[in-house]
Amino acid sequence: MTISRRGFLGAVGIAGAASTMPGTAQAWQSKAPPDPYGCLVDLTRCVGCRKCEQACKEVNDLPEPAVKFDDLTVLDAKRRPDQNTFTVINRYYTGRIDERDKLVPTFVKVQCMHCQDPACVSACITGALTKKDNGAVHYDVNKCIGCRYCMAACPFEIPAYEYDRPILPRVRKCTFCFERISKEGGKPGCASICPVEAITFGRRSELLTLARGRIEGDPGKYIDHIYGEREVGGTSWLYISNVEFGKVGFQKLPTRPMPQTTETIQSSLFSYLWSPLALFGVLGAVMGATSRKHDADTHDKEDGHDA
Amino acid sequence: MTHKPQPIDRPFWTPGVLVMLALMIGAALTLIVRYTYGLAAVTNLNNHYPWGIWIGLDVASGVALAAGGFTTAFLAHILGRHYYEAVTRPALLTAALGYTFVALAVFFDIGRSWAIWKPVVYQNHTSALFEVAMCVMAYVTVLWIEFIPVLAERLGGKIRLLAFLDRILDKTMWVFIILGVVLSCMHQSSLGTLMVIAPTKTSPLWATPLQPLLFLTSAFAVGYPMVIVETTIATSSLRLESEMNVLTPLSRITILLLGVYLAIKVGDLVSRGAYATLLDGSAQSNAFLVEVGLGVILPWVMLLFPAVRRSRRWLFTAALLIVSGVMLNRFNVFVVSFKAPYANHPYYPAIGEILVTAGAVATIFFLYRLIVTWFPVLSAQRQEVSR
Ligand code: SF4
Ligand code: SF4
Ligand code: SF4
Repeated sequence: MTISRRGFLGAVGIAGAASTMPGTAQAWQSKAPPDPYGCLVDLTRCVGCRKCEQACKEVNDLPEPAVKFDDLTVLDAKRRPDQNTFTVINRYYTGRIDERDKLVPTFVKVQCMHCQDPACVSACITGALTKKDNGAVHYDVNKCIGCRYCMAACPFEIPAYEYDRPILPRVRKCTFCFERISKEGGKPGCASICPVEAITFGRRSELLTLARGRIEGDPGKYIDHIYGEREVGGTSWLYISNVEFGKVGFQKLPTRPMPQTTETIQSSLFSYLWSPLALFGVLGAVMGATSRKHDADTHDKEDGHDA
Repeated sequence: MTHKPQPIDRPFWTPGVLVMLALMIGAALTLIVRYTYGLAAVTNLNNHYPWGIWIGLDVASGVALAAGGFTTAFLAHILGRHYYEAVTRPALLTAALGYTFVALAVFFDIGRSWAIWKPVVYQNHTSALFEVAMCVMAYVTVLWIEFIPVLAERLGGKIRLLAFLDRILDKTMWVFIILGVVLSCMHQSSLGTLMVIAPTKTSPLWATPLQPLLFLTSAFAVGYPMVIVETTIATSSLRLESEMNVLTPLSRITILLLGVYLAIKVGDLVSRGAYATLLDGSAQSNAFLVEVGLGVILPWVMLLFPAVRRSRRWLFTAALLIVSGVMLNRFNVFVVSFKAPYANHPYYPAIGEILVTAGAVATIFFLYRLIVTWFPVLSAQRQEVSR
């Protein structure tokens, strides 16, 4: 039994070393595009008119909403984007009051953040999701198999699924109006309709400068935090606000890009298939040795009686 | 070898087999609804909870419990401990059936079942799921190739192709045996990588970058207990000899393997400081305590006693605890641990999901029974003959 134990320890050792060995791979590198487009949402400006929701439905050919656009009671429902709706506006009362002691609402637009290093893109089994140079995280239905790993992976819980379609369901989420912004001067449907310029479309680097300018220009009003500047390694959609982000539906997220750990594990284990090949070699050598030994044993003696 | 594997001459249609058939029909009806009205009609999956028990139980623990295949192949064929060959065939059969059903569970779960081949063409190498899928596809093939000699023994005379393949495999089988072990190590660990991409959506009790190593070592640890469980069930329900002479030594190796897994698991929990929430009474903490307490520590301590290792009943109990512990671990990692940040209700499996899972398990048992009845898989002798 001593031999088999040692052999097993060896295998466990190799496998163990393999799954923790970072040395063989290059350090993880972000694949984020250098100067993507983005949108800056200024929560202090949004008036909750739902025009962006409506525009999004129109430019993306989405079905009519469950609740009519002029019905604003729906704002309190804390809705999420779903398979028929790529963006929603939610209303929060954080206890802020105006000069006449009336509660002041904060409206929050929710849609895909178009992360710089998106978990969904890294996770997608077929590469149906890709991060484009212009910033959009793009979905190609022709590659999708419907495994929904993108949904499990997304830290913002954004991709939605057509669970009611038996054969041809799709993953659905905000497209960043990929077709429109690919054209010269094109803007997303939601950003171009906003009557109070709560959504600003532009280069992410310029939006960061703009956001910082607004915060510094009125430090008494704004919270000193650009949501999306550093969250999960940065997102193309950015938010500034006059109330704590945690009070209006935003999660506190790490600055480390979500795919960094898994991609490091995957590439240190499997780049050039070195670990499977090495394991194959070791096992082959062990098998060769034991079968030679077995052949050399003239009498077929029974082993293993040691329990 | 003292005993040669041989077909079992027992009546096939027993009450147990009829129950299996009923469960299979239930699953089939559910699947008809699934392919007529969509996943929404039979599952509780939604935009908050994209994965349920078909992935968390059927696929994840199905893969883990099929680990008996590669661990016995390693012991008997690679280390040359031919003494254990008596259990390699049943373990191989369970693995082949297990993986076939893992593949089927994936097929039913993914929205576009007909597109299941697409990862072969459209490859995303950063995706742990891609790697799992490739390895599982390759491994299912390898397992059925390893099974050809068993089929050939019975049907080689009638089907010339089988005899021919069997002759080729005589010389090349070692490649497939090693390949099977390598592929297993790869995807057993990558299965553990899957949820590492969502650290903010999983409970700190399981959200560790060491998850691939934990999945791999627990797969090593559960392999022999699984063989013990299935051999005991098969030999007692078919009234064959107990094969304790093989199972007892397997249980000794398990002490070491389970110990390694336990050590890494505890070390990881302590080094990350994640044990802090362990006694807060939440569903997650309780699930973790049951998983490690009843599923790892208790059976590990039990196996330390030679009396347990020699008693058929106690050994079966300990092995069953280990098997359940690893199943619960996979379920915990994929289902219990998952926190959807914007969900209002937790996920519970729907009747339809349970029906399909039960039907899939019944089908495995049914086919196992069918195959051991017709093909030379089990080595144990009939009790009446040998006693
Ligand atoms: S928010 Fe989610 S779906 Fe959108 S890019 Fe980021 S990870 Fe992908
Ligand atoms: S559901 Fe489609 S888009 Fe999402 S990970 Fe799976 S294949 Fe990719
Ligand atoms: S960018 Fe386009 S798809 Fe996204 S929310 Fe705005 S209008 Fe809708």
